[in-house]
Amino acid sequence: MTPAIRLILIKLLQAVPVVLIVSILAFLVLNLLPGDPAVIIAGDQATPAAIEAVRHSLGLDRPFIVQLGIWFLHIVHGNFGNSLVLNQTVASAMLQRLPVTLSLAGLSLAITLPIGIGLGSLAAYYRGSWIDSSVMTVALVGVSVPSFWVAGLAVALFSVVLGWFPSSGYVPFAQNPAQWLRALLLPSIILSLFEIGFLSRMTRSAMLDVFGQDFIRTARSKGISEWRIVSKHAFRNALVMVITATGILLSAAIGGSVVIEQVFALPGVGRLVVEGILARDYPLVQGVMLIYGLTFVLINLIVDLAYSFADPRVRYD
Amino acid sequence: MIEASTVPEFAATTLAPRQRSMILRRLVAHRSFQIGFFLVGVLAIAAVLGPMLTNTKPSAMHISHRFSPPQAKFLFGTDMFGRDIFTRVLYGARVSLWVGFAVAAIAGVFGTTLGVLAAQFRSLEGAIMRLMDALMSFPAILLALGITAALGPSMNSVIIALSVAYVPPGVRIVRASALVVRELDYVQAALIAGARAPRIMLRHILPNSIGPLLVHLSFVFAYAILAEAALSFLGVGVQPPTPSWGNIIAEGRDYALQAWWIVLFPGIGISLATIGLNLLGDGLRDVLDPKLKG
Repeated sequence: MTPAIRLILIKLLQAVPVVLIVSILAFLVLNLLPGDPAVIIAGDQATPAAIEAVRHSLGLDRPFIVQLGIWFLHIVHGNFGNSLVLNQTVASAMLQRLPVTLSLAGLSLAITLPIGIGLGSLAAYYRGSWIDSSVMTVALVGVSVPSFWVAGLAVALFSVVLGWFPSSGYVPFAQNPAQWLRALLLPSIILSLFEIGFLSRMTRSAMLDVFGQDFIRTARSKGISEWRIVSKHAFRNALVMVITATGILLSAAIGGSVVIEQVFALPGVGRLVVEGILARDYPLVQGVMLIYGLTFVLINLIVDLAYSFADPRVRYD
Repeated sequence: MIEASTVPEFAATTLAPRQRSMILRRLVAHRSFQIGFFLVGVLAIAAVLGPMLTNTKPSAMHISHRFSPPQAKFLFGTDMFGRDIFTRVLYGARVSLWVGFAVAAIAGVFGTTLGVLAAQFRSLEGAIMRLMDALMSFPAILLALGITAALGPSMNSVIIALSVAYVPPGVRIVRASALVVRELDYVQAALIAGARAPRIMLRHILPNSIGPLLVHLSFVFAYAILAEAALSFLGVGVQPPTPSWGNIIAEGRDYALQAWWIVLFPGIGISLATIGLNLLGDGLRDVLDPKLKG
């Protein structure tokens, strides 16, 4: 077995207990949410017998461990159950909403990566100058201001007063790419503010680390152009940081989209889960939580692997 | 919203008393730390003195003065019920800062305890760390959303929910630095000399893990304020009529155009608090771990 395959296998094996715990935590939502699911499903007017019947049909009268087992069995068959509020299965509700959240997160990452890396490198290169301090001030504000507040102000200005963007709603890409972009641009930019602040802070410190090293001085003394030094020598070495940052940014984008989708009334997964929680739609919340959890286990796994391939010094034994 | 898995790992250092006073002196001289300390200090004092700085109640309605713009009588204007926004923001500061502080404190205590236990006892390590991995697999805001919904929306639910969300990264940090400290020669020497596990944990590992944890907690304090505001904004956090910065913004959102002041001032409060705490954290990090200094 080559070391690379061995590494992947070890990482996969380590992820198994995490996946199990994530599933149990997602399942626990049903038991944690207030109220009796059977009563809520049966409705306010239900007789005790009707409630009992619902309880039995959902298997809620069985021991916890059996319920968990049945749930697992359904999940591996792709059966997430039916939403209590929406007239559809949890799986189809999620699939329907997923493109919105992915578009939002993808667009904000596309905005963040070049700007964040650019600003961070600029600040590091001109360390201590006014460029450095202004970039760092902007970054600090970016990681500090609440997104929903900026969103509210931005909608008031750009959508209502200036009329540049719609204040809410979503148009599928397949239907009209221009309108899709117009609907998502403002929410994506606002989602990016935190990410840009975060990434530029991280890039700056990674680049400063590299700039201080001997091989950069050697490269300079050889007469290599400054642009080549920054873009090739320094950035290549800061790349490991970018991989780590991308994992965190993805998580920030998807977490942040929960709030942003709410503000802009975008029909994404984040809005779905907020509505589900408020409406006590147990199967829906369980399903979405599980998918979120598993997605991040996967992202972390990929980041971990990318990290150890990008930097051969990192080895896990 | 913010995944705190981002805090860099620190090299553990050993501090003599003289070094401690040196650290304090360097902190006092640190620019970001000064500004952060000032901002957080002013807000904390305003929050503590709150009721003495205003002559009205946060829920008192001045019906004839609905939607008054900022003026001498109502510094920050009034809302749709004629409530004084200045007073509400002041009382909101008490809620927000308390939530942030409580979350940081709880995350600190549990992070330290679980982290040291995981580093010290191999038998517990797997269970603790895998549970932390699993908790960190959910976006913090979503985890908090689920827990507050389960516990019922209230300030204490928010504190519990955010603590659960922010304990795991603390555990990782403490465990990481504890693992380094455990291998240091003098700790090994203490072990050989017959020191028992509790003594090693309390005397050696704990003091040496405090620095990185402290840096982390100042950021958790900031994240918690942002997250509390977001939860209250979504309606599952602190419930009206109790004012919190998040729910004042949520209530004023529909009137943002006619009465921008309702939304503006609580947002500035949140921003100043998180900027201040981030600056404090930056200062602490620079001084406690010069290796990462920017």
